[in-house]
Amino acid sequence: MSINLENIAASFNERMDQHKYRIMICGGTGCIANGSMEVYEKFQEVIAAKGMSVSVQLDKHESDVVMSCSGCQGFCQRGPLVTIYPEGIFYTKVKASDVEEIVEETLVKGNIVERLLVVDAETQEHIKHVHEVPFYTRQNRIVLENCGHIDARDIEDYIAKGGYVQAKRAVLEMTDEEICQKVLDSGLKGRGGAGFPTGLKWTFARKAVSEKKYIICNGDEGDPGAFMDRSLMEGNPHAVLEGMIIAAMGIGASEGHVYVRTEYPLAVERIKLAADEARRMGFLGDNIFGSGKHFDIFIMEGAGAFVCGEETALMSSIEGKRGMPNPKPPFPANKGLFGYSTTINNVETLASVPIVLAEGSTYGQLGTENARGTKTFALTGNVVNTGLIEVPFGATLRQIIDDIGGGVVDDDGTVKPSNFKAVQIGGPSGGCLTPEHIDLPLDYAGVQKVGAIIGSGGLVVMNHQTCMVQIARFFMQFTQNESCGKCVVCREGTKQMLDLLDDIIEGRADENTIPLLEELAYAVQDGALCGLGKTAPNPVISTLRYFRDEYEDHVFNKHCAAGRCKALANYVINPERCKKCSLCMRTCPNGAISGSREEGYRIDPAKCIKCGACQAACKFGAIEVK
Amino acid sequence: MSDNFAKVDAIVKKYDRNPSKLIGILQEAQEVFGYLPEEEMTYLANQLGISPARIFGVATFYAHFTLSPKGKYLIRICDGTACHVKKSSDIIAALFKELGLNEKKLTSDDGLFTIELVACLGACGLAPVMVINEKVHGQMTPDQALALVREIKASEGGN
Ligand SMILES: Cc1cc2nc3c(=O)[nH]c(=O)nc-3n(C[C@H](O)[C@H](O)[C@H](O)COP(=O)(O)O)c2cc1C
Ligand code: FES
Repeated sequence: MSINLENIAASFNERMDQHKYRIMICGGTGCIANGSMEVYEKFQEVIAAKGMSVSVQLDKHESDVVMSCSGCQGFCQRGPLVTIYPEGIFYTKVKASDVEEIVEETLVKGNIVERLLVVDAETQEHIKHVHEVPFYTRQNRIVLENCGHIDARDIEDYIAKGGYVQAKRAVLEMTDEEICQKVLDSGLKGRGGAGFPTGLKWTFARKAVSEKKYIICNGDEGDPGAFMDRSLMEGNPHAVLEGMIIAAMGIGASEGHVYVRTEYPLAVERIKLAADEARRMGFLGDNIFGSGKHFDIFIMEGAGAFVCGEETALMSSIEGKRGMPNPKPPFPANKGLFGYSTTINNVETLASVPIVLAEGSTYGQLGTENARGTKTFALTGNVVNTGLIEVPFGATLRQIIDDIGGGVVDDDGTVKPSNFKAVQIGGPSGGCLTPEHIDLPLDYAGVQKVGAIIGSGGLVVMNHQTCMVQIARFFMQFTQNESCGKCVVCREGTKQMLDLLDDIIEGRADENTIPLLEELAYAVQDGALCGLGKTAPNPVISTLRYFRDEYEDHVFNKHCAAGRCKALANYVINPERCKKCSLCMRTCPNGAISGSREEGYRIDPAKCIKCGACQAACKFGAIEVK
Repeated sequence: MSDNFAKVDAIVKKYDRNPSKLIGILQEAQEVFGYLPEEEMTYLANQLGISPARIFGVATFYAHFTLSPKGKYLIRICDGTACHVKKSSDIIAALFKELGLNEKKLTSDDGLFTIELVACLGACGLAPVMVINEKVHGQMTPDQALALVREIKASEGGN
């Protein structure tokens, strides 16, 4: 029996067309945290009270209004997001208390509730439709396109957008060699960090001789500050599964595993449901697409260890062991999970596969010579529009931070181009880019040349109130915590590097500290067993490269320009603001403040233990950190 | 106690007595018991035909597992990059102070609260982020975090 995808799509579209309105509410983690589920329920209640019939998409009932719940739409800063179709009216920051007005004005009377629209930062005009919002129009959302426009829980919705057509083709019409060649030709490279050509990886596995073969989807997404894979698994899990089916056909695998980190409960739930649905439809299990072939997918939840994102450690974890990496070779393609040939790909890589396989796909024409297609980034930190974005390789930081992100925010809330100090790219294995790189086209080679990596796609924007030594320390602390302890170089080396950074931050450093830190950084880079250790020194090396004077200021002048290093802070009383109430003097636990009502008060730096108690106590903001 | 062993049996059965499913088994056990109690784990090792050392080895490797009971309210504060840049450390300091906790002592004496510091909850767009039990609270300030905790304290009967 063959499965007719066109019929499923047609009947889905017909069913959607008979609803007068479709209300799409963002059910991504960010919007849920801001109350989108209350909004979802409130809509049903209010619409019913107005005498219209309302149903939820999954129930497949006839009604005037149908309620859908999408995955992350990326505009997290403005959530909860509500889009009303067919027109695509786009409301942001919608609260349950706004629903009454939306239903009455928009659904009943056909008017717009202006105060909930996005306002264009340049023209100050209200923007009515989702497809006109600059945050979206300035991106190229291809891999993320459906994420946010379909109900992730409804497999038919995905099929109606052309889903599973490529999987079916791969299963029924293409040879393994053709599949691998097609992916190779597309230029697709792994999005999990290393950027290895996917088609090549598959070819190795295809040619490997093994009784059984596995495909693993790496959904561990350990880079703190990144949530692209989470959003894909939550918002479009079927694309990931479809990519896995295609991969399985390309390499000859009969079993797939998705490894999702435990911090992502919603992603686990959605991808499990998706696999059940795909099995029910006959896309997974025995006799997939009526081909007589067998392929099934299992979902496994991680247990909180960053190193498990590394492929050999991940396989140990699936085998029920401590997630420690193993030396390569043997490469997983030859000897992987339970000793069999295994291919590991990242979530975003797999979700891109159906796109590149499509006949006449222009995906590969986007991007640059050495990096084709698009990349998703999690844009966070001191930027106006935090969220999930997708741009072609070769886009610049200026486009990403200013045009899409809306500019860099200072701690006092102002937005100015001069606020931009650095952006951390590639997480704990990556480095920083600075204003001198604002027009650098971002692709694998270009970013590597200036000492950072594209990595998985975390982009953390930082303003001048950020201390770069503290940032380096932050990542060092992270890798030191996550070091699995197997190899000495990484376990002890990261510990010593952390201690040296603490010396700098806490004022104990001398002229030997920075050279020693550098020497150690290169030693760990060379000697560590796995990628975690090899890349752990990168944030230190990179911040030293671009912010050496900031390090030296800490070491030699015992001064932190950002004012974030407490031990180096110099507390002084600003006489213009001081009202001479003497509260600070009474608060100081170390008797470092003296003076009188007549002559004012001062802090003795020799006695000050920099606890900040006086600053917290002063009601007039007279105590400043210099 | 035998009751608890029966619960272990049920889990073991569900996972086909397969030691390679150990992580799933421990996750389920932790859900049932709230933590991984020592005696039950030794019993589990027996049932799976592996050494208790292997179980404790795995349990201590992964941050998600705990060998001691947790508080009724699990407060997970994100200290991932995005949250860190948005000053999550101020929130951590405020809650540690309020609950009399520190980096070594993470559960309050009354057994009400456990604080867990995590590296990224994947809600970085809303940094800084804190999760109490399953509810995500975004764009937190130290004052808002304190208010949430005090509210819970009040609902749990004063002090
Ligand atoms: C310490 C460490 C952590 C990693 N974490 C991840 C991760 O969270 N997600 C991921 O896809 N790849 C991660 N990787 C890369 C994987 O080892 C592997 O290269 C990748 O999953 C391959 O998929 P791709 O070719 O599709 O990129 C990590 C590597 C290292 C060394
Ligand atoms: S860094 Fe806090 S949620 Fe990602």
